[in-house]
Amino acid sequence: MDVLVIGAGIVGAACAQELASAGLSVGIVEKSEPAFGATAAGMGHILVLDDSEAQIRLTAYSRDLWHGLAPSYRTEFRTTGTLWVAANEQEMGAIEGRRDFYRKYGVDAEVVGQDQLYQLEPALAPGLAGGMRIPSDAVLYPPTATTELLDRAFRSGATYLRSEIKSIGAHLVELVNGETMETTHVVLAAGADATKLFPSLPIRKRKGHLAITDRLPRPLIRHQLIETGYLQSAHGSDDASVAFNLQPRSTGQLLIGSSRQFESSREVELPIVERMLAQAVSYVPALRDCLITRIWTGFRAATPDGLPLIGPHSGIPGLILATGHEGLGISTSLATAKLVRQHITGTKAEIDPAPYLPDRLFPAT
Amino acid sequence: MKQILINGKPQEIEEGASLLVLLLNNGQPTQRHSVSGANRCGICGMGICFECRVTVDGKVVRACQTGCHEGMEVWTDAR
Repeated sequence: MDVLVIGAGIVGAACAQELASAGLSVGIVEKSEPAFGATAAGMGHILVLDDSEAQIRLTAYSRDLWHGLAPSYRTEFRTTGTLWVAANEQEMGAIEGRRDFYRKYGVDAEVVGQDQLYQLEPALAPGLAGGMRIPSDAVLYPPTATTELLDRAFRSGATYLRSEIKSIGAHLVELVNGETMETTHVVLAAGADATKLFPSLPIRKRKGHLAITDRLPRPLIRHQLIETGYLQSAHGSDDASVAFNLQPRSTGQLLIGSSRQFESSREVELPIVERMLAQAVSYVPALRDCLITRIWTGFRAATPDGLPLIGPHSGIPGLILATGHEGLGISTSLATAKLVRQHITGTKAEIDPAPYLPDRLFPAT
Repeated sequence: MKQILINGKPQEIEEGASLLVLLLNNGQPTQRHSVSGANRCGICGMGICFECRVTVDGKVVRACQTGCHEGMEVWTDAR
């Protein structure tokens, strides 16, 4: 085997598809079902995020790849755009700087004034200041996107095995039944569960809650809406935080987020849900009359600097990490796969892999 | 005898009886359809699964958590 990909979430599926289509022999090992972890739990927002130079390069590259791929996919892919909502003049004051930053990296971004805000999204609460529109951001349904990627990997000859992994060694994977598989490379795409195999990885489980409504009779919003305070929630302290993040699904449902907390219990926590929904209602009051039919949690794989770990593990020959994507794994899965391919075959990705190398965060062991 | 309307047709009821049970006993085993068109019906009977959603007097409710009352207007196939 040339490559064993551990994990059939969206990152593992994207890597398997990329490597198998490059002509390598690829095996996928998944402990439960495809798209069962953070992939199933996530929103499926394909966005460009501007919180660092490395992040904007990775997300912009990956979004372009999604636009190239998605038209031929059954993924409910829709270019809804993102509307970042500024609640007050202070938040509005930072918008032009953010727009310039996006444009510097070739990403279309527009400042939205107060009047235009309500023309674009009449359901927003009165009294908000304006915002920024990123027109080419999109929304997809992550489980079917994963299935599409896996199907393509299988058509290129990839194989699939359902098993837990006991350990990963030099060019070797040991399954729980004691069987070993030899391989030139291992791609570890196990999300937050990567720490089960390597407890020293700089990854913490960051729990999130999401709620979904039934299908509304008519669309309430058109864009994915996020409060501009979202980045503070994403990078804030260790305390639990919530931020307004609302997504229109192609089914007519609304997906309501978001929460962040370093917590490993899977339970839905009603006090957090209550805060999250109150925040959502404060931005879109009509949500108060919507019926929520499901609430669930998931675990993001968070790194200390908010960037993923993509590249060789310097302690174990042949091991390539592809994890630590926190809330951006669905967005950045395709770019991750290109970077992983560069590490394995030398085929250059369109961005510099250096900022994402695991070595930046932990020394070789 | 007290009556409600189910999809426009009159139906005799006992005041306060479970709407889900009434629907199941009166030829409405499927209360709605999923996005893909698959049949859906109340599974849990205790307000958790949300599969028995119906529209009562213009509002989407869970049939299993709703008692029948004189004059109620019920439409199945809520979204």
